[in-house]
Amino acid sequence: MKYMMFVATDPEAEPYDPAQDNIQEWVAEMVARGVNLHGDRLRPIEDATLVRVRNGEVLVTDGPFTESKEWIAGYDMLEAADLDEAIEIASKHPMARFGRIELRPVWPFEE
Amino acid sequence: MVSTLIRVTGDWSLAEDCTAEAFEAALATWPRDGIPTNPGAWLTTVAKNRALDRLRRAATLARKLEEMTAVTELEHLDPELSDFPDDRLRLIFTCCHPALSLEARVALTLRTVGGLTTAQIARAFLVSEATIAQRIVRAKRKITEAAIPYRVPEAHLLAERLSGVLAVLYLAFNEGYSVVAHTSIADEAIRVTRALAQLMPGEPEVTGLLALMLLQHSRRRARLDAEAVPLTLEEQDRSLWDAAAIAEAGELLGGAGRGAEPGPYRLQAAIAAVHATADSAAATDWQTIVALYDRLLTVTPSPIVELNRAVAVGMASGPQVGLSALERVAASGALDGYYLLPAARADLFRRLGDYSKAAAFYRVALAGAPTQPERDFFARRLDEVGG
Repeated sequence: MKYMMFVATDPEAEPYDPAQDNIQEWVAEMVARGVNLHGDRLRPIEDATLVRVRNGEVLVTDGPFTESKEWIAGYDMLEAADLDEAIEIASKHPMARFGRIELRPVWPFEE
Repeated sequence: MVSTLIRVTGDWSLAEDCTAEAFEAALATWPRDGIPTNPGAWLTTVAKNRALDRLRRAATLARKLEEMTAVTELEHLDPELSDFPDDRLRLIFTCCHPALSLEARVALTLRTVGGLTTAQIARAFLVSEATIAQRIVRAKRKITEAAIPYRVPEAHLLAERLSGVLAVLYLAFNEGYSVVAHTSIADEAIRVTRALAQLMPGEPEVTGLLALMLLQHSRRRARLDAEAVPLTLEEQDRSLWDAAAIAEAGELLGGAGRGAEPGPYRLQAAIAAVHATADSAAATDWQTIVALYDRLLTVTPSPIVELNRAVAVGMASGPQVGLSALERVAASGALDGYYLLPAARADLFRRLGDYSKAAAFYRVALAGAPTQPERDFFARRLDEVGG
């Protein structure tokens, strides 16, 4: 079962503490277990570009395009046995403490 | 039966449909042919055969591996062993999975584990049948699509998940209790908790919750007067309390798990048991109740528990001491705007004989009370103190 794990910031989480950021260990463990297929962090929303087509015209806008204080900071594609394993993987990610994580089951087109 | 078909087929709708069809078949044939010697096995056989028919058809169409596997497993299912306790436990844990909304967990548990109809659940929760049906459909869809596992959680998750299950059952129980006409929900919550206690005999909090429910439910015939206004423990006719339920709760609390540090449900049940075994409010061992609240506060600190403790202090050591304890609780500000805080103050002033202060606080409680029976109760009290 594949899950897309969105790693997001959250103003209500505890402040980020680099000394407690164990992301290297997390990646090492999850890759060794074969549950992390791929993932990366994302550049800040200041580097985001918004693309829309309206009335046949391509509209390109500079980000940040929301006032939101929560944005997606990274992603990981997981291969887990079930939701409980995906929750376990997500809860060990440092950003579960310093931000928040959203798990979305992948919906393959062939279904 | 449903729980086993879900495990084998992985398909909630199929399992429920086939079980319902088996019951329909029983209704059609048993009155004519007589009740079979093993009714459970008869029903399981019919449900299993219906499921096999549907799966074979689907498997031939799609040639899907999972359906083929399910067919093989179903073919080997022995209907004589129609009680599959592990499957029932799996079903309870899956229905109460924290990834489902709390409302969905309650509805799904009452529907799938308890076997209540959506109409019965809708009446108890004062929402439309369509709303409950949709909650259940969405929950089942999420179980399938997000791959919520159908199993009892592993050891490291068990304590946390079990406390989630107990919270759902207690919520369902209280919901049934708040609506006078629908004690069927409370009965059902007790039935499921009893089943859970049999399935997990080593868990003191499960028997604790069961004892707590039995003790609260033991007062169901005494808690309202002829006009459906709630009566306090002090005012209730204790001869109407269900002695058998109280005795059963006492056995549960005295049995397995005694001696270990009690959890929140066991402590709340112990408090309820002190009330249940007292001949009158005056004869109640209020010192023990205060001590139990102190222990409850160390396990689950909460302003509501502090409020209840202050009320017990008022009964144990007199209204003046109770009022001082209440002032300390109120000072935290955590209960600002909560109607039971002025209600507690009003009651202690009433006991002191200070009727003008009592009336002032009863008015605040009356304005904030969420249900009509409670408003009736405070209006009556206000009348008694000459407000």
